[in-house]
Amino acid sequence: MANVGRNTPVRKFDAVVVGAGGAGLRAALQLSEAGLKCAVLSKVFPTRSHTVAAQGGVGASLGNMGEDNWNWHMYDTVKGSDWLGDQDAIEFMVRTAPEVVIELEHFGMPFDRNEDGTIYQRPFGGHSMNFGEKPVQRSCCAADRTGHAMLHALYQRNVRANTQFFVEWMALDLIRDPSGQVLGVTALEMETGEVMVFHARATLFATGGAGRIYTSTTNAFINTGDGLGMAARAGIPLEDMEFWQFHPTGVAGAGVLITEGVRGEGGYLLNKNGERFMERYAPNLKDLASRDVVSRAMATEIKEGRGAGKEGDCVLLKLDHLGAEVIDKRLPGIREIAKKFANVDPVKDPIPVVPTVHYQMGGIPTNYHGEVVVPKNGNANSVVPGFYAAGECGCASVHGANRLGTNSLTDLLVFGKASGDSIIRFLKENPGLKDLPKDAGDRSLSRLARLESQTNGESYAEVAKDMRRTMQMHCGVFRFPDTLAEGVKKIREISDRVTRTEIKDKSKVFNTARIEALELDNLIEVARATMVSADARTESRGAHDRSDHHERDDVNWLKHTLWYKEGDRLDYKPVNLKPLTAESIEPKVRTY
Amino acid sequence: MQFRVYRYDPDKDDKPYMKDYEVELEPTDQMLLDALVRIKEQDDSLSLRRSCREGVCGSDAMNINGKNGLACTTKLSELKQPVELKPLPGLPVIRDLIVDMTQFFKQYHSIKPYLVNNDPPPEKERLQSPEDREELNGLYECILCACCSTSCPSFWWNPDKFVGPAGLLHAYRFLADTRDQAAAERLDNLEDPYRLFRCHSIMNCVDVCPKGLNPTEAIGKIKTMMVKRAV
Ligand SMILES: Cc1cc2nc3c(=O)[nH]c(=O)nc-3n(C[C@H](O)[C@H](O)[C@H](O)COP(=O)(O)OP(=O)(O)OC[C@H]3O[C@@H](n4cnc5c(N)ncnc54)[C@H](O)[C@@H]3O)c2cc1C
Ligand code: SF4
Ligand code: SF4
Ligand code: FES
Repeated sequence: MANVGRNTPVRKFDAVVVGAGGAGLRAALQLSEAGLKCAVLSKVFPTRSHTVAAQGGVGASLGNMGEDNWNWHMYDTVKGSDWLGDQDAIEFMVRTAPEVVIELEHFGMPFDRNEDGTIYQRPFGGHSMNFGEKPVQRSCCAADRTGHAMLHALYQRNVRANTQFFVEWMALDLIRDPSGQVLGVTALEMETGEVMVFHARATLFATGGAGRIYTSTTNAFINTGDGLGMAARAGIPLEDMEFWQFHPTGVAGAGVLITEGVRGEGGYLLNKNGERFMERYAPNLKDLASRDVVSRAMATEIKEGRGAGKEGDCVLLKLDHLGAEVIDKRLPGIREIAKKFANVDPVKDPIPVVPTVHYQMGGIPTNYHGEVVVPKNGNANSVVPGFYAAGECGCASVHGANRLGTNSLTDLLVFGKASGDSIIRFLKENPGLKDLPKDAGDRSLSRLARLESQTNGESYAEVAKDMRRTMQMHCGVFRFPDTLAEGVKKIREISDRVTRTEIKDKSKVFNTARIEALELDNLIEVARATMVSADARTESRGAHDRSDHHERDDVNWLKHTLWYKEGDRLDYKPVNLKPLTAESIEPKVRTY
Repeated sequence: MQFRVYRYDPDKDDKPYMKDYEVELEPTDQMLLDALVRIKEQDDSLSLRRSCREGVCGSDAMNINGKNGLACTTKLSELKQPVELKPLPGLPVIRDLIVDMTQFFKQYHSIKPYLVNNDPPPEKERLQSPEDREELNGLYECILCACCSTSCPSFWWNPDKFVGPAGLLHAYRFLADTRDQAAAERLDNLEDPYRLFRCHSIMNCVDVCPKGLNPTEAIGKIKTMMVKRAV
C-alpha cells in the first residue's frame, strides 16, 4: 500500500464535488459553465450512480395535464412531511421545480409527450389538487426510466461543458481547519490504491443515500452513506436520521423497486382475499396515499393474517387490467423487472410486493442554499464555511418525516443547482485558498494503516451483515420501545467491532475488499445515528411509528433531531414553519 | 454450485489463471451476482464492479459461459456448471473481472453524446410529438455496459478507430431526436472508412445486449442517412 506516509500528493481546485449522481452532476454543470476549476469525484462511472434507478418521475407543477400550481405542490409536500419539513426550503423547491425541469428538457432529456407536444405527467402518491381534494398529474416522466434518462442527460450536458471527472475515486474524509472551515477531502484512487488530497475552496457532498444499512432495500450496493460518515467523523451532526422511507412496493424477496407510477397509472394493492384494502385506510386517495401510510397499511394486513403468498408475508400489486399496451408504453421497465425478479408477467399476474427500505429523509443539515449549517454560539443554523450538501445526503429539510414520490428528483435538480450557485457566490466573495492544516490527511491515513495491519480481526462482511440484520429487526416499519432500546445497545457493540475489521486482500490494485471495509466505517455511523435518534423520539410522525406513542406530538416533538458522533449525543433544533412568501401551513391531523 | 473464475492481480500474479469455487447457495440467491457476493464472502480478494443489482447501471458486465451479459440479471438456474466467468473480451484487464473501459468511453464521447440546439431556449419545453418521441425508444435506454462492443470483432481489431455498436447507437439517438440540429456534423464525424463502416452487420452486438436493444439496426439507419444525403 503506497502512501501511508507523509508524502501524500495534493491537488488544488476551486471546488470539489463528491458524487456524480443527479445532485452532483447538476451542481457540477453550474460550476463548469461558470468556468471554475472543479473536480467531480465518483466511486463509479457517473451514469452508474443510483439516480439511474429512479423510475416514476420528477415532480413539478407544470400543469400540462390540467390545472396545477406550486401552492398545491407545497401543501402536499408539507403534509407529506408530517409538518417536519422546513417551509422556507419547501417553498423554494416547489417554486423552482418547473424551471429546472424545463431546463432538463432543454438539455435533451427524452420526456414522454402529450399529443400537443408538452411533457407527459402522471399521478403519484400524495400529490393532489386543491389541497388534498383528488389526485393530480404532476410527475414528469420518461416511461418508468426517468432517473436513467435524467442521469444520462445530465452527464451528457457535463461532457459538453468539459467537466473534469475523477472516476472510481472514493472520498475518504473531510478536511477542516481549526476554525471549522472545510478545505476539501482526501480520496483513494481505486485502480491504484493511491491517496490524494483534493484541496479546494469549496466542497460539495452529493453522495446519495445509505439504504445499505438495512438487509432489504431498493438501494444499490454503493449507497453506503459515505458523505454522512465523513461529515460525522469531522464533527458535523446528522439531522432527522430516524426517518427512513419504506417504499410500499419492493419485489418480495429481491427488494428491487416497483415504482409508485404503477399505482399512478391505475394499478392497486390486494390482500389475500382479493380485497382492495387501501380503501379502508385512505378513503380519499386510496392506493395513492403517502408512502408511510400505504406501507403501514400493508404491514398491518400482513400482521393480521391477510398477507398473500405461501407464507402470507406479502401483498399483491395488480395491474393486468391496464392492458399490455399501456404497460408496454408507460411501464416497460416494470414488466422487465417483474419477469426477472418476481417470475411473473404483470400483463397476466399480480406482483408480490412488501414495504422495503428506500430513502433516507435525514442527512447533513443544510439551508435552502445548500450550505451546511450547524448550531454554533446560540445560532441553530450557523453556516460552515466552504461546505455544501445536496441530494439524498443533504437535509434541507424538504422531506421532513416522509418524502413524497417524485420529490427527490426535484430535490436533486433544485438543490444541485442552488448549491452550485451558492458556491459560485462564495468563491467570488472569498478569493484565495486557505492553507491545509498539518493533519489534513491523518484521519484517512490512519484508517488505511489500521486496515492494513489488522490481524485476528473479524471479516468486514460478517460485521456488515450483523449491522444490517440489527437495523432490519430493531428499526423497521413499526417500532417498539424495547426493541429500539436493545437495538441501540447492539448497534453500539457492532460499532465497536467495526474498529477491528480485517481484510485478507492487501493488494494495491482495485481492492474492493478495502473499499467495502471503508464503506462500513460510514454505514455504521448512519446506522448508529438512526437507531439512537429513533429510540429518543417518543412520538409517531411520518415514517417513524412507535407502538408506545401512537400519535404525533407537536407540543414536544415538532423539532429536528441532530445526532453527533462524538459521545453519541443528541440535540434538537426548531422546524421552520415560515415559508419565504406564502402563508404558513399550520400543523393539523393528517388523513388521506 | 460450481464456478471457474478468471483471476489476475498484476500486483502479485505473473499471469492470469482460472480459480475454482464451490458455493452453497441460499434460496434467495437467484442471480449470478448473488453467487458472486457469496464467493466474495469466502474469498475477499475476488474483484468485480457492481452497483444497482437490477440491470440499470451497467457495472457488472462480464463474459458468462462464453457470452457477454450482466451478472445481476443472469439467472443461476439457466447456467451450465461449472459456470465460467471471464472479464469482457478485448479490453485490457485491470484485475480479475474488472476491465479498463477507457477506450469504450472514448468512443462514446467521440460521437458528441449531447443534444445540440443553438436556438435560444424557449420559456417552456421544446415541443415534440409522441410519435417523434417514440423514435428515441430502443436508443436512450442504453446503460453503457459494453457487452455489445466487446463482443464485436470489428471493435476488437480497431478499438481506437471503430466507434463500436454502443457509440453508434448513441450517435443515432441524437440523429433521431427532432430537437437536435447537428445532423450534418454528426454524419461528417462518421464519414470515414473505420468509424462507421467497419460494421459488417455480424449482429453479435444485438445478440448480447441485456436491454434488448438493436445497435445493428441503428447503424443501418445511419448508413441510410449517409446514402440519402450523398444523392
Ligand atoms: C429504485 C429507486 C427508484 C427511485 N425512483 C424515484 C423517482 O421516481 N422519483 C424520485 O423523485 N425519486 C426516486 N428515487 C429516489 C432518488 O432516485 C434518489 O434519492 C436520488 O437519485 C439520489 O440522488 P443523489 O444525486 O443524491 O445520489 P446518487 O445518485 O445515489 O449518487 C451518489 C453519487 O455519489 C458518489 N459517491 C458516494 N460516495 C462517494 C465517495 N465516498 N467518494 C466518491 N463518490 C462517492 C457515487 O459514486 C454517486 O456518483 C428512487 C430511488 C430508488 C432507489
Ligand atoms: S453488427 Fe456491427 S457493430 Fe454489431 S457486432 Fe457486428 S460488426 Fe459489430
Ligand atoms: S447497446 Fe446494449 S449492450 Fe451495448 S452498451 Fe448499450 S445496453 Fe450495453
Ligand atoms: S449491477 Fe447494475 S447492471 Fe448489474
